[in-house]
Amino acid sequence: MPDNSIADLRPRQGFQPSRLIGWVGREPMTASCVAVLLFFVLVAIFAPLIAGDPIALNPAERLTSSSESAIWGRDHLGRDVFARAVYGTRTSMLVGFSVAGLTTLFGVAIGIYAGMSRIGGAVIMRLNDAMMAIPAILLAIALASLMNAGVVTVIIAITLPEIPRMVRLVRSVVLGVREQPYVAAATSIGTSGLAMVWRHILPNTLGPVLVQATYACASAIIASAVLSFLGVGTSPEVPSWGGMMADARSYFRIHPELMAYPGALLSMLVLVVNILGDRLSDALDPRKTRRGSL
Amino acid sequence: MSSKPYLSLDKISKTYALGREKFGGPERFLQAVDQISLDVPRGETLGLVGESGCGKSSLARLIMQLERPSSGAIAFDGVDPAGLNATELKAARQRFQMIFQDPYASLNPRMRARAIIAEALVNFRKGNAEEINRRVEELAIQVGLSSFHLDRFPHELSGGQCQRIGIARAIALSPDLIVADEPVSALDVSIQAQILNLIVRLQEEMGLTLVFISHDLSVVSHVADRVAVMYLGRIVELGKTADLFGRPAHPYTRTLLTAVPRPMPSSRGKRSRISGELPSPLNPPSGCHFRTRCSFADARCAAEVPVLRVIGGAQQAACHHAEDIQATLNQDEIETDNA
Repeated sequence: MPDNSIADLRPRQGFQPSRLIGWVGREPMTASCVAVLLFFVLVAIFAPLIAGDPIALNPAERLTSSSESAIWGRDHLGRDVFARAVYGTRTSMLVGFSVAGLTTLFGVAIGIYAGMSRIGGAVIMRLNDAMMAIPAILLAIALASLMNAGVVTVIIAITLPEIPRMVRLVRSVVLGVREQPYVAAATSIGTSGLAMVWRHILPNTLGPVLVQATYACASAIIASAVLSFLGVGTSPEVPSWGGMMADARSYFRIHPELMAYPGALLSMLVLVVNILGDRLSDALDPRKTRRGSL
Repeated sequence: MSSKPYLSLDKISKTYALGREKFGGPERFLQAVDQISLDVPRGETLGLVGESGCGKSSLARLIMQLERPSSGAIAFDGVDPAGLNATELKAARQRFQMIFQDPYASLNPRMRARAIIAEALVNFRKGNAEEINRRVEELAIQVGLSSFHLDRFPHELSGGQCQRIGIARAIALSPDLIVADEPVSALDVSIQAQILNLIVRLQEEMGLTLVFISHDLSVVSHVADRVAVMYLGRIVELGKTADLFGRPAHPYTRTLLTAVPRPMPSSRGKRSRISGELPSPLNPPSGCHFRTRCSFADARCAAEVPVLRVIGGAQQAACHHAEDIQATLNQDEIETDNA
């Protein structure tokens, strides 16, 4: 009798440090992006351990450059710029990942329905078109100013205009997947309804969706900064990169570093997320997976 | 042969609306399947041949209830699935299964072979997880796969192995009828023979009724009891394999047969080469669809649609000149034999 257990046929078993080193060597770009993203995540989680109080005012030392108590200097109210930047990572990451998650959840659910149902699909796509006709940032500003200022408000305000983009992508992918012979094969063996979506449609739609989710994450980080910059984002006492840049605007000529610190962090995080999204689209395709990838 | 056909097609047609070519222009229709009537007795292998685009695959999708015919009726053992509700249709699907042309595209790339074969059994609750797993292992052995293949993804397997998985999936529910839509045309020649023999063996073991679609006449002659030749959505000739290949009555069948490569130069007869292009199925010729490429065509062929009629024994042809053509063919044979 042949051994039928699945476990011993799997090519990989557990974590092997040599594989990780080999992967870093083959894909230095992806590896460094993962490292940077990991760094940002750790900074966001351990912010209280890294930096001091981001809210405490110290008007006596306002607009001073690097000192022992504040290594990146202090802003126009005498707040610790380094601490604010560190805590701002929290806000940006929270908004970015929440928006990506919510957009994916709603976008996939609505998009798959729109792709599977002819009449429902037509109705949804017209509503979608109508929503996409409104500039996303204007819609976000309108929504944010309608509700109380806060992180939750910002997340909702950015997610809503982002969903139609995801719906449109999901629907177009679903329409393609539906025509695949394996869907016809599944129909002929009696698969239908939710089982069809769950086993065949959803798994083969997810690749492009996850890539789009990373772009949604990156653009949400920027959008939250824009909302803060315009003064409709999180409340002023919550440290955010956009808010810091808005505050720094008046002092740009004398203290450009006040804008440079949050700006550089924002660009770096968005860049890293975008590159990883690109790599993800290749890695998620089982046919394109390179031998020995992690 | 049993008197009662297992699969019965009664004048089924399928028309696709293609919309207008330009704004305000006439609406265009594609007649993929045109009034096809066909009976397949239980246990028979019917070969269905024809050029690409002649409606073979559309016919397969109609039989498989993946699409509804525009008109006409299909019956399995006397039951028309068009009259069934969703639950009854799902139950009825156990009895007819399909083998697909593209072995890779017909398997979900994100499922392991084991899950692909098991899916049918899970859908119809054929036992608990352990029983289903055991049945999948049996099916794998039946189609010539080892159990380690079952834990692979389709892209980790060869085309032949993928087609074996497709076949295992098709026989998992012990169907009565299998529609094989060009099951070997995407495979290497060496693998083709293996898969063909597998299909023939399974048919004998399980007493399957088989509709075998192919554009390869040598493949069809190997497996089929009867052969139907299709041209632009219509059946132009139907008969026992030996009769049809030996004494073709329709000029299209004749040209198809002369196009089959022969290894012996001495056995190569005069080639009746087909002239012209396949006419657009959007705008087929009037009367006989084949008349634009036929050397026997006359005024009657343009005016009257030839119906499929018996021209001797079990052989039927849809040609006004079928008898004459059969006679001239025999003349040719005598001449080449004498030479």
